[in-house]
Amino acid sequence: MAKIFSVAELGARKKFVLANDSNYLSPDCDKTVIYVGMATCGIAAGAEAIYDALRDGTSENDAIIVPTGCAGMCYAEPFVEVRGRGNDSIFAHVQDLGGTVSTVSAKKPEKIALRNCGIINPEKIDDYIAVGGYEALGKSLTELGPGGVIDVIKKSGLRGRGGAGFPTGLKWEFGAKESGDKKYVICNADEGDPGAFMDRSILEGDPHSVLEAMAIAGFAVGADEGIFYIRAEYPLAVKRLYRAIAQAEELGLLGEKIFGTDFSFKISISLGAGAFVCGEETALLNSLEGKRGEPRLRPPFPAQKGLWQRPTVNNNVETYANIPAIITRGADWFRGIGTEKSPGTKVFALAGKINKVGLIEVPMGTTLGEIVHEFGGGLPDGKAFKAIQTGGPSGGCIPASHLDLGVDYESLAAVGSMMGSGGMIVMDEDDCMVNIAKFYLDFTMEESCGKCAPCRIGNTRLYEILEKITSGHGEESDLTQLAELAQTIKNTSLCGLGNSAPNPVLSTLKFFADEYAAHVKEKKCPAHACKDLIRYVITEKCTGCGLCAKICPTNCITGEPKKQHTIEQEKCIKCGECLAKCPPKVGAIVVE
Amino acid sequence: MDNNFAVLDEFIENLPSKEGALISVLHKAQDIWGFLPPEVQEHIAMRLDISASKIYGVVTFYSFFSMQKKGKFRVNVCMGTACFVKGAEGILEEFKKLTADDEDFSVDALRCIGACGLAPVVTVNGKYYGRIKKGDVKNILVEVRANG
Repeated sequence: MAKIFSVAELGARKKFVLANDSNYLSPDCDKTVIYVGMATCGIAAGAEAIYDALRDGTSENDAIIVPTGCAGMCYAEPFVEVRGRGNDSIFAHVQDLGGTVSTVSAKKPEKIALRNCGIINPEKIDDYIAVGGYEALGKSLTELGPGGVIDVIKKSGLRGRGGAGFPTGLKWEFGAKESGDKKYVICNADEGDPGAFMDRSILEGDPHSVLEAMAIAGFAVGADEGIFYIRAEYPLAVKRLYRAIAQAEELGLLGEKIFGTDFSFKISISLGAGAFVCGEETALLNSLEGKRGEPRLRPPFPAQKGLWQRPTVNNNVETYANIPAIITRGADWFRGIGTEKSPGTKVFALAGKINKVGLIEVPMGTTLGEIVHEFGGGLPDGKAFKAIQTGGPSGGCIPASHLDLGVDYESLAAVGSMMGSGGMIVMDEDDCMVNIAKFYLDFTMEESCGKCAPCRIGNTRLYEILEKITSGHGEESDLTQLAELAQTIKNTSLCGLGNSAPNPVLSTLKFFADEYAAHVKEKKCPAHACKDLIRYVITEKCTGCGLCAKICPTNCITGEPKKQHTIEQEKCIKCGECLAKCPPKVGAIVVE
Repeated sequence: MDNNFAVLDEFIENLPSKEGALISVLHKAQDIWGFLPPEVQEHIAMRLDISASKIYGVVTFYSFFSMQKKGKFRVNVCMGTACFVKGAEGILEEFKKLTADDEDFSVDALRCIGACGLAPVVTVNGKYYGRIKKGDVKNILVEVRANG
């Protein structure tokens, strides 16, 4: 491939690839295009076989088959999108290779961070160029200049999508103001919140947009080196990143004297090793230096003294993915979307007890209710909505009474949760909120780096109290102690992990106080989730068929044939096998 | 075994810089051995000129690194929230129960692998099994063994 030395050459290549290899991205493409979603979820659900079958079974005259990233419709995986001539699309879930498909409806709101996901082949740089890729870098280098870039980003009001919401333009300005011959730009791809997969999807579906943005950031702050810090649990994203970097270097869009200017920039990849705390930016810096990922004291801030004590600017994947679009389309366009204080869109990973599990990108300010019922298609099996959890282990559980809340950084914080990186888990009537709080504390207790006492010891104590409550030994004084201890940990921990770890406890205490009370006073779990607080009972509906007695692993069910059986509670291990075995039309076994 | 050390040494020699390279060296070593026994850590200490205690500190800090030898079949049950609310705990128990006396299998809970659309998810030697139920566990084990 010939190197690109100027913006004009990039334009020429765009024209060329649109007429040739990436023709399906051209508005006047007159062929049918079949996109196959081949991100991790798609491949795991069998997309590779579908891609092969389509490729072998169609000639170029019938349709063009394009492997693409995640289009966000995880619930329909493996799926294909068939785009006809008028740009109208049919989305279909492929049930089997014999050709059984069912169509699914899809809403298509304006996307920014996910603009190319599901549209381009992420392993082809020419596809990215065909949709205007690297033009923002060209514009930055040849028209805007470093100050101009920072100006646009500041005016756009873009805030960090990693969770805390710090204004990106301001961060870059701090980095730019520092003197020094060596500075670093980092991309934080250590997406550790359980239930969040926005960053993985962006990297698997549109890796070049993040590379381009890192180069723009490097140019703005005066850095010549960028580093990806990415989870080792994301092998496909890592593979696609390596490929994307090699392609960009081959075309001269990364490397020495980009676009014929004096700006040089290289990007390398560093793998994480499974430590949640490394998503905290100073812990990440220590990890990059080959150390234990423990957070550092601030100040000095990373923009002053970061990696190897040099000025370092660190942004999250989704933040970067917004940058090229903002540079190309301008700050005013971006400000026109979302809310006054939180402009733009946010990508959420919607999962849990919801019909349409997947990725959605919605304008800031969209209400939780719209997200759950319109984008998510409501809850399965006719179950009742109980809570939506946002912000992962640092966030909180928000009850049904707040479904009219428009999501942005401030509104979520006001109800005791936080934006976090964008995971949203829907919970239904079968989920016990005390047990969920315990689940998160189990996580943060494990993941606490151990550097500061409030987090190391405090979260362990919180977990122990929750364990006591869910096992039926809770006392009323435990509830006051939970609240006090949680507040102390919040106030006194060193880093974001400790500051926010008690949020799941505090928010459930606030919104689901009755569930805690039931556990402590009546020793009952209303959701029937805490094993120690439930019992299985056989009612008079029992026909004495004996199926339950046969399946019981501890032989604790006895009774005469054709007569009501009984469960010996002392021997019961509450495995639930008897309930599952009892014929539904009999329905003799109940949980109390 | 000696050959393994040679492979690792070659990797270390080719590093652009030894400074800060410890974690990538540990990744490489775990790729080679499958785990990080003390003698491997001591060898790395010599090669990188870092104390063995520092290396032990890093190995035990990160959950991705293991000092235990793993089975031929590595079962990882995702314990992300989406999988948890869809019953991953029960699936983990079932895997542990059915492989309790089988050295070929090692069963671990894994941090969220971000495939929430397929929850609950299990990976065996990198292959994904999605939307599984407790009853599927037995079949998965049989399938894994049959494919060697």
